[in-house]
Amino acid sequence: MKNVWALSSVVLKESVRRKDFYVLFVITALITLMMGSVNLFHDSQIDRYLKEICLLLIWISLLVIAITMAARQIPAERESRTIYPLLAKPISRTEVLLAKFLGCWLATAVAMIAFYAFFGLMAMSREHHWPLTNYFQAMWLHWVMLGVVIALSILGSLIFSAVSANITITSVAVIFILLVGRHLDQVAMRIGEPASSLLMGLFFLIPHLEFFDVRDLVIHNWPSIHWLVCAKATAYGAVYGAFFLLLACSVFRRRALN
Amino acid sequence: MTTAPANAFSNRKSSELAPRLCLLLLLIIAFSLATNLNLWFQDWPGNRAQSANLLAVAMGDARRLFADHFFVKADAYFHSGMYPTIYDNRQSFQTPHIAEDSGAMKGKNTGDETGFLGKPRNWIDAFGRQFYPSVHTHLSEGGANGSESEATVGEILPWLKFSTELDPKRVEVYTVTAYWLRRMGKIDESEQELREGLRENPGNPQLLFDLGRLFSEARNNPISARNVWEAGLRILAAMPEKDSDANKFIAEQILGALAHQAETQRRTNDAIAWLERLEKVSTTPQSVRQWMNGLKGQKSP
Repeated sequence: MKNVWALSSVVLKESVRRKDFYVLFVITALITLMMGSVNLFHDSQIDRYLKEICLLLIWISLLVIAITMAARQIPAERESRTIYPLLAKPISRTEVLLAKFLGCWLATAVAMIAFYAFFGLMAMSREHHWPLTNYFQAMWLHWVMLGVVIALSILGSLIFSAVSANITITSVAVIFILLVGRHLDQVAMRIGEPASSLLMGLFFLIPHLEFFDVRDLVIHNWPSIHWLVCAKATAYGAVYGAFFLLLACSVFRRRALN
Repeated sequence: MTTAPANAFSNRKSSELAPRLCLLLLLIIAFSLATNLNLWFQDWPGNRAQSANLLAVAMGDARRLFADHFFVKADAYFHSGMYPTIYDNRQSFQTPHIAEDSGAMKGKNTGDETGFLGKPRNWIDAFGRQFYPSVHTHLSEGGANGSESEATVGEILPWLKFSTELDPKRVEVYTVTAYWLRRMGKIDESEQELREGLRENPGNPQLLFDLGRLFSEARNNPISARNVWEAGLRILAAMPEKDSDANKFIAEQILGALAHQAETQRRTNDAIAWLERLEKVSTTPQSVRQWMNGLKGQKSP
């Protein structure tokens, strides 16, 4: 575990040096502030559209950060040949992979705290109340979802030959699940066999990432989710994250490094 | 002995010169074509650069698609995010409720608006419903938590504004915006919105009807209201497509408003005259006849 922590801290430090986060944060802040400066019928209390735009940008930014960062980890080590001295140390391949995952996940947590702090301040300045529980739940579920995405991206980096291919395929898969994941069963019921059974199978097989998207509840000031439901969603995300990581470990153990 | 290097030099010179000459020739052709095509482009009806609107230049006709999306988005905000997707049963959401409530559009909704999700189809659907709004509410009736003030209905306004920015020819968005602004007590802003709509769509009867309604209900100026409504009727009568369903709906609204105003001002003969015209276009002529008979009964003693 000590090895895993040590290596993950390297990933975390490396992510701090990268400029992706800063650029995306500045773009998010600029667009939100620009939209916030629009005069809408002399009413300064209108803010839900702003919350929606800001949260959308946060989701896009964090998905970009998580997928690209995770997709680069193993290929970068292989390209620069630093994987050989790394594995020459008393550290197993599984530990390397776990460390990479943990480092990426923690790095997204740091980025997420910055993004949500900005969102919270912006919302508070307009609404004059701060539903901390709702924001915490939204952030927690978002982080759990990013864990699944990072695990999927790391698995992709071991399967696909090019980083760009992995980033594209993982992004398309994640966006597909987020947009139509919860409607696949409805589509399956309207089409004929065997496509119907295949689609229904896919519906039950895919990780339903849309469970973790509670933006609408935050935007429209719905009451917070029951903690037990939150815990169940966390367990659901943990199972899928662990599954993708185990699969990645199994692929990485068998794979020739050259 | 000297001719060989001299030939090689001249060959090299000509091989360097040829591409340059070709480039120059291409530039001259491009310039000549540009001067010729520019004149044609300025007069071409499809030239987006003629518009002063940046969005129109950048997006062309695609902006109408987004305008429609934002209009529906405003209705989704009115329901605090609980809104059917393209996969759900949309029978009860064919006409946006914000437009139906404002009278800007004739309602085509059927079925139960609270239960379009139906019973959970499986455990994933049942579990997933806890992560998005799945209870039917209206912003004007307490919103998501049941305790929000009527002023929160203003949250629909940004999307309506974006919609009119993208498609200024979409009349119903102005009337819906003006209606909700009026309900929020923002009378000046409501009038400004309708006038902006009339600038973009000169003499539009629907906008004139709403302007009259604003004069009548919020400004307490029945004379201006009557003038505007009568102008709306005149424009409607001159329209080639005056018998379309949409125009009949507007005529019905204007005639009803004029009859109601005449009735409240005790101009019974005028009211009956308006009702006689209303009877011809109304979808419920029996109720109009009943109204008319009531007025005639008042008049006879």
